[in-house]
Order: sequence, then C-alpha cells, then structure tokens
Amino acid sequence: MVESRRYRNIVAYLVLLVGVVIVAFPVYLAILASTFDAATIINGNMPLIPGDQADENYYRTIFVGASSSTREPVGTMMLNSFIMAMGIAVGKILISILSAFAVVYFRFPLRMTAFWVIFITLMLPVEVRIYPTYKIVADLGLLDTYTGLILPLIASATGTLLFRQFFMTIPDELLEASKIDGAGAFRFFKDTLIPLSITTMAALFVIQFIYGWNQYLWPLLITTKSSMQTIVIGIKKMITTQDALTEWQIAMTTAVLAMVPPVLVVIFMQRLFVKGLVETEK
Amino acid sequence: MAGVTLDTVRKVYAGNVEAVKGVSLGIEDGSFCVLVGPSGCGKSTLLRMIAGLETISGGTVKIGDRVVNQIEPADRDIAMVFQNYALYPHMSVYDNMAYGLKNRGTPKDEIEKRVKEAARILAIESFLERKPRALSGGQRQRVAMGRAIVRKPQVFLFDEPLSNLDAKLRVQMRVEIKRLQRALGVTSIYVTHDQVEAMTLSDKLVVMSGGQIEQVGTPSDVYRRPETRFVATFIGSPPMNILPGKVEGPGRVSVGGQMIQVTDMRDGLAPGSAIEVGLRPEDVQAGTGAGFSALTMDVDFVEELGATQLFHGKVAGAEFVVQASTGQIPADTRSLTLSIDPSNVHLFDPQTTKRLGRV
Amino acid sequence: MEKRALFSSKFLPYMLLLPQLAITIIFFYLPASQAIWQSFLMEDAFGLSSEFVGFENYRYLFQQPEYYRAMVNTAVFSTAVAVLSLACSLLLATQADKNLRGGEAYKTLLIWPYAVAPAIAGVLWIFMFHPSLGTLTRPIRAVGIDWNPLLNGDHAMLLLVLSATWKQISYNFLFFLAGLQSIPKSVIEAAAIDGAGPLRRFWTIIFPLLSPTTFFLIVVNIVYVFFDTFGIIDAVTGGGPAGQTTTLVYKVYADGRLGGDLGGSAAQSVILMVIVIGLTAIQFKYVERKVQY
Repeated sequence: MVESRRYRNIVAYLVLLVGVVIVAFPVYLAILASTFDAATIINGNMPLIPGDQADENYYRTIFVGASSSTREPVGTMMLNSFIMAMGIAVGKILISILSAFAVVYFRFPLRMTAFWVIFITLMLPVEVRIYPTYKIVADLGLLDTYTGLILPLIASATGTLLFRQFFMTIPDELLEASKIDGAGAFRFFKDTLIPLSITTMAALFVIQFIYGWNQYLWPLLITTKSSMQTIVIGIKKMITTQDALTEWQIAMTTAVLAMVPPVLVVIFMQRLFVKGLVETEK
Repeated sequence: MAGVTLDTVRKVYAGNVEAVKGVSLGIEDGSFCVLVGPSGCGKSTLLRMIAGLETISGGTVKIGDRVVNQIEPADRDIAMVFQNYALYPHMSVYDNMAYGLKNRGTPKDEIEKRVKEAARILAIESFLERKPRALSGGQRQRVAMGRAIVRKPQVFLFDEPLSNLDAKLRVQMRVEIKRLQRALGVTSIYVTHDQVEAMTLSDKLVVMSGGQIEQVGTPSDVYRRPETRFVATFIGSPPMNILPGKVEGPGRVSVGGQMIQVTDMRDGLAPGSAIEVGLRPEDVQAGTGAGFSALTMDVDFVEELGATQLFHGKVAGAEFVVQASTGQIPADTRSLTLSIDPSNVHLFDPQTTKRLGRV
Repeated sequence: MEKRALFSSKFLPYMLLLPQLAITIIFFYLPASQAIWQSFLMEDAFGLSSEFVGFENYRYLFQQPEYYRAMVNTAVFSTAVAVLSLACSLLLATQADKNLRGGEAYKTLLIWPYAVAPAIAGVLWIFMFHPSLGTLTRPIRAVGIDWNPLLNGDHAMLLLVLSATWKQISYNFLFFLAGLQSIPKSVIEAAAIDGAGPLRRFWTIIFPLLSPTTFFLIVVNIVYVFFDTFGIIDAVTGGGPAGQTTTLVYKVYADGRLGGDLGGSAAQSVILMVIVIGLTAIQFKYVERKVQY
C-alpha cells in the first residue's frame, strides 16, 4: 500500500476487531447457553462466562434429544444430515463430471440442447417448484428416504459448469498426446482427467457439503418421520413448540452441534472453500 | 523404419477454409524433413494430419507402404513432441514416458528397460521420479523427447518443439535433436517457423506458404537458388533485398539506370519489361571489382551486431540492407558503392513471383 | 471456445449425460411445467376435479392485499439486507486489504458464518433477542423500547434483516476482498502521486474499479434474500406476526401447505420463476460484459 501510517492501521485493526466480535457474538451466546441448565437461561439473565452443565447438555442432546418436541437423539439427526450432505456432494460431483466430459470432449447431435437443458436449471431453485416436486417424489414413493432427500438436490448446473470451465483450461495437446499414447475416451478420463480434476472436485465437494448440510425447506417437506429428520429441521422444531416448553439449553446445544461440521470444513479447507465459492459463481 | 509419402493432401475446414491445398511430398526413410513457413501456412495442420490428429479432407498419407488416412493416431506407429510438451502434469517423469507402453500392454520389465535406456540417452535419469512441474523448460523438453523415443516408432513428429525455450537453450537442444536423430536413424518430420532451425536441422527442407509447398530441397539448394520471391525473402537473415528493375538484354538488367550483369537469367526475356532483382545483404561488397557490376547506395543508419554491421539505406529508391564485417566500411559512410557478383543475382517475375533463372 | 481435440463415439456421450439429464428432467422440468399447468387450473372444494380457468388464479392473486404485502415485505427485506451487508462487508474488506499483520487470520474469523445454516442463524438471533430471555433484550428495554419481535412486525422484520445480514457478510466480504486484491497497486500509487488522499482515492479510484464486483453482489444478494432466507424466516418469525414478515417465497410455501390452494400457490411459483429468470438474465449480461474486458 501507498502509505501505511500507524494510526490508520490501528483504525483498521479496530474495525476488523469489531467485525469479528459482531460475527462471533451470537455463536458465543449459543455456546454459553449449551453450558447452562434450563432455569438459568429462562430467567433472561444468563451470565457471560460458561457454566458447568456442558457435559450433561451435550450428552443428553446427542443421545436422548429434547423430551418435549422432537424426542429424537440429535446424534441420529446429525447422521441423517451427514448422509444427506455426503450424498448431495458426491452425487453432484459424479453426475456433473460425467456430463461435463460429454459436453466438452464429444461432438454429437443435440449437444448444445443438452447443455442448455442443464444450464437453465440454474434459474430454477427448489423453492419455486416445491409442491410439484414434492408430488413427484411422493409418487415415486421416496418420502422419508435418503434417496428422496438427495436426488432432487443433486441435479444443478453449477457442477457441470465448473467442470466444463476447468476442462476448457486443459491444453488440447494433452488429449492429443494421450491419443498417440493409445488411450481411448475411458482411459483419458480415468488416467488424465480425473487426476487433474482433484482440486476442482475437492472445492466443489466443500461447497456442496455445506449446501447439503444446511438444506432446510426440502427436508422439511419430505420428512415426516422424526427418525429421518436432519439436525437443521430438528432444532427448528425444538423452538417452535409452546414457548414455555422450549428446552433452550438443548436447542442451543443442538445449534452448536449443527454448526460444527460445516464451520470446521470452512476453516480447515479454507483455500478449497474460497476456490469453490469464487469459481462456482463465474 | 519407414518413409512418409503424401499425395495431394488437402485440409478443408468448416466454412470452406482451405488450410492445406493439395500437398504432395515424399520423405525418405531415415531422413530429417523440416516444414518451415510463417504462421498460418498450413505446416502444423499437415503435421497433425500425418499424426492422425486432424482428419484428411482429400488425398492420401502413407507411412511406409500403408495408407493411414483412416487409422487412429495410436495405431500409426508415430510419436510426437508438442510445442508445450503436453506432459501429463500428475504423472512422474517415469510414468509420462511409460504411459504409451503401458496402454499397449508392453510387459513391465520391457517398459522399465526402455525407459531407463531413453533416460540414459537424454541424461534425465536423475529425475525420473519428479513431476513435470519440478523440471526446467529444457528438462521438460527432454522428457517429451524421451516419451517419443521409448515407443521406438517409425516416425518422429515435432511440432515447434523449441519455441518455448530461451534462445541459448534453443541452440543447445537443436544440436541435441540433430545428434539424436542421426543416432537413432528414425524418419523425422519437424515443423518450425524459425528459418535458422529449419536450415540447421534439415536434410530436406520444405518451405510452405498459403497452404502450398513453395520449394523442396536441401537447405543449401533452397538458400542458393530460391524458386520464388517468397522463399528468397523467407530463408536468410537479414532477408534478401528486392529491387525493381528492367530487362536490358541477355544476362543484363538495370536498376535505377545502373547496369547489372546476371549469370543465372532465363533466355528470351523481352528487353524493357519489368523484373525484380534480388540481392542478399551478405552477398554484396563495398567497393568495385573486376567483372562485378556496381550499385550506389545512400546510407541512412548503421546497426552494430558485434562481428558484423548492417548498413540500412536506399538503392534506386528502394529499401536496401548491406551486411559487412565490422571495420570493413567506415560507420559514418553516407554513400556506398557496392560491387555485385553476377552469380549472386536472383531474378523474379513481378507477376508470378517465380524465379527467372535458367531452365 | 471449443476443444480442437475430441473423441468420436455415437453412444458414449449420451450415456455420460444420462444421469444428469434424467434427474434434471424428473425433478426440474416436470415439476416446473406442472407448476405452470396448475397455475391455470382451479380445484373444487374437495380436490376431486379441476377445471381450466386461464389466468383466473393470477387475477385472484393480484386482487389480494396479502400478496401485495408479501411483495412489499420482500422488497424491504432484500433492499435492507443488500445495502446493510454490502456496506459492512465493503468496510471490512477495505480494512482487511491493508496488508495488516495477521490479515489471513482476520479473513478466517470473518468468513466462517457462511457455513452456518440460515435456519440456525435465525435460531441464534432469536435467542439473542428473545422477548423474555434474550441477552440483548434487557439493554434494549432499558433505553425505553418495548422490544418484542414475536408481536411487533417492525421488530420482527428488523430481526430478520439483522440475522440475514449477519449470515451474508462473509460471502460479500470474500468477493470484495478478491475484487480489491485484483486492483493493480500501480493504479492506486498513481492516484497517490496525483495527490489524492486515502478517502478520495477510495471513492474516485477503488470504488469505481470495484463496481463490477458490487453489481454482481447486488444481484446475488437479492437472489439470496429471495430464496435462501426461507430458513431464517421460518425459524425466527414463521412469517408472522400476522403475515408482516411473509415474503413471496414464504407465501408459496405457506399457501400451499396451509391453504391447500394449489392453483394459487402454483401461480405464485410461476411469478417467482419469472423473477428469478429476470435476475439471472441481468447477471448474465454482467458476466458477458466482464468477459469482454
């Protein structure tokens, strides 16, 4: 930078510090609440240093669950969320790398049509077509199944576009060299394209895992059994019953548990996360 | 090993763009053939058709006795070195070289033997385990060559393999490629736009322009007796000077009223008709000599190249360059008298641009 | 841009496309076309038969004051979140761009809320501002405001805006930071030599150069508020009190689920589709322009 005078840096540090505090404060409160008993929270005067109920709260939340509302151990919900998130992330990578391979490395009748059919789905988020989609999933007998949770969410253009964009940057000569080395389409895909796409796949995985884990409207619609609930749905059910019955310590413990996996993914895979986020938006 | 024969090979792209316009060429077994020309002249397309990377729109390509028009690149028994090397970035040097053999089901110990052998020849044994990104440009170049060698193909194809290297390395690799080709004796076809590379490497030089062959010959043939004005100005550096002239009679032309004797001149050219007179900058001398013609030149400025100097100026109103050893001509000379050896004068038809030499 | 080197095969490309196309057609095109078709139908009271009614569902929709209110709510909500989150994240990004020591750590500390589910974000904020037990409710009451987002529509909307902004800052921050870092330092140095002070440099050099990013983010933020905030609304207010925080998307959900008015819900879906397509088209125009630079 041009001039970095000391006082201006101090201002910058202060601004960033305030930002970090504002960003962290709501989560800090949730972590606090997960260390107190119900009574301490409900009287509206929760201390700002942690209490001693953490063991009890986390044990009960994970293995027993809220007694009045969801009655399902949050451990089960986390497993459901994990399966859904993994299914969406892996499924999306799989189908989109195949379709991108077809669109980039082959010429065939209706190629551009196929591309546009996939591309236009960018414009149709699940929210604008919830009931008809619900009806189709119901007709297929997929309510309350992992397949029903996952399948409708794995088709979208983002993955295909991302892989297409990456494939376009691979020099043509690499395919030509492979051809001369005697590799056909399958060998080229397996030996060259997949190994080169690892970073792109990982970036897409990070973004889609978070996307899958955080899904709300779709699981809300198609899960009726409490054993199929995801954690994000579970926590919402815990606090919308009669206010007095809300077990806030359990609800906030659940909130913390719901945040841990995706937040860890972002923090520890920050580079991939940023790459995935920036590139899926191109 | 096998020669390569092209018979009226054509390439027409969508939209009726004709990139290669019926090229016929015979490349002898074991020879080093260089295709040279400016970018867009069709030389790379021709090479890629021989490799099988482009479909052939017309004519036939034969490798040995076999017509390969419909044969997949992998089955043509060729190897290619690309301009950007096209090494597989995720594979080690060893695997890069072994990949083609693996795909053909070559036994493991045979692969190892051949890779080691090629690595020894190219002096890349010490980094067989490295990835291409950990190598310098010159080392990558060697690996790309190694990948071609291990296959023991009938024909090597080179697509501007040295143009991504810096000038010093380029000279060094040029020598190595030549030495290697001599040692292995494999028919090689080499595409470049660099006329120095073309001259130094080739047994057979093919100059191309506009999708057609301008001239085929040994490098010295092409240099001494360019068949067209294009070849004359493309081969040689600095390029040949072309002056507008007039036919005066048998063995005689004039430039701006100054007479020039010519050894190699077609008979029966009508006196008074226009003609183009080509003189290489290195073929003209300052001063006068017995049996030599004289031209006067106005000097504008001098470029110092160290061992030589380039005098830029005008002869009869046309741009003219003279190359001379440093010190031969005083650098502050404003006007030069040049002596012209009649055997160094090249004549071209202004219309067809073809050489007007003896038939 | 197209590849020069290709494979040729008659069936393989179709096999490769099959999974994606099958899922896309079954779960995208079928439901979307059904929504369009249903929006022209009206069911009788028992759901036994339906009849083609043309644009009747649309006409009915635009006669309802609730629909206009949902539009106004959506407009207020999107504008507030877009302006607030863009302003905050631009401020943070410009500070983080100053090559401070520990800059990377600040980045990490600011981007993680992206990973928090919207519904969870909503739960965090309602807990913080809950009328009876919220930690921040007491200080607000102490300055004489009768804070109650469960009963007061304005308070409810404010809470939604804050929680949606909180979640979106990380995203905007990342893109602004990337945008700032891509501005050549030499341009800024040239401005400094030309005698522009830091604030003047920001408004006359940096902000205009950042405008493609800003424009892109405005569109993305509007789309975000339209769709991704569903979880926040459902967790914080459930569209209430009395429909005062019901947005267009939330209304599709609520009308279809509670009212069972499939025709009306479908008509709303179609209108939303048109809006999204419009927004996406604007975004593409921007992308096109970016490509030409």
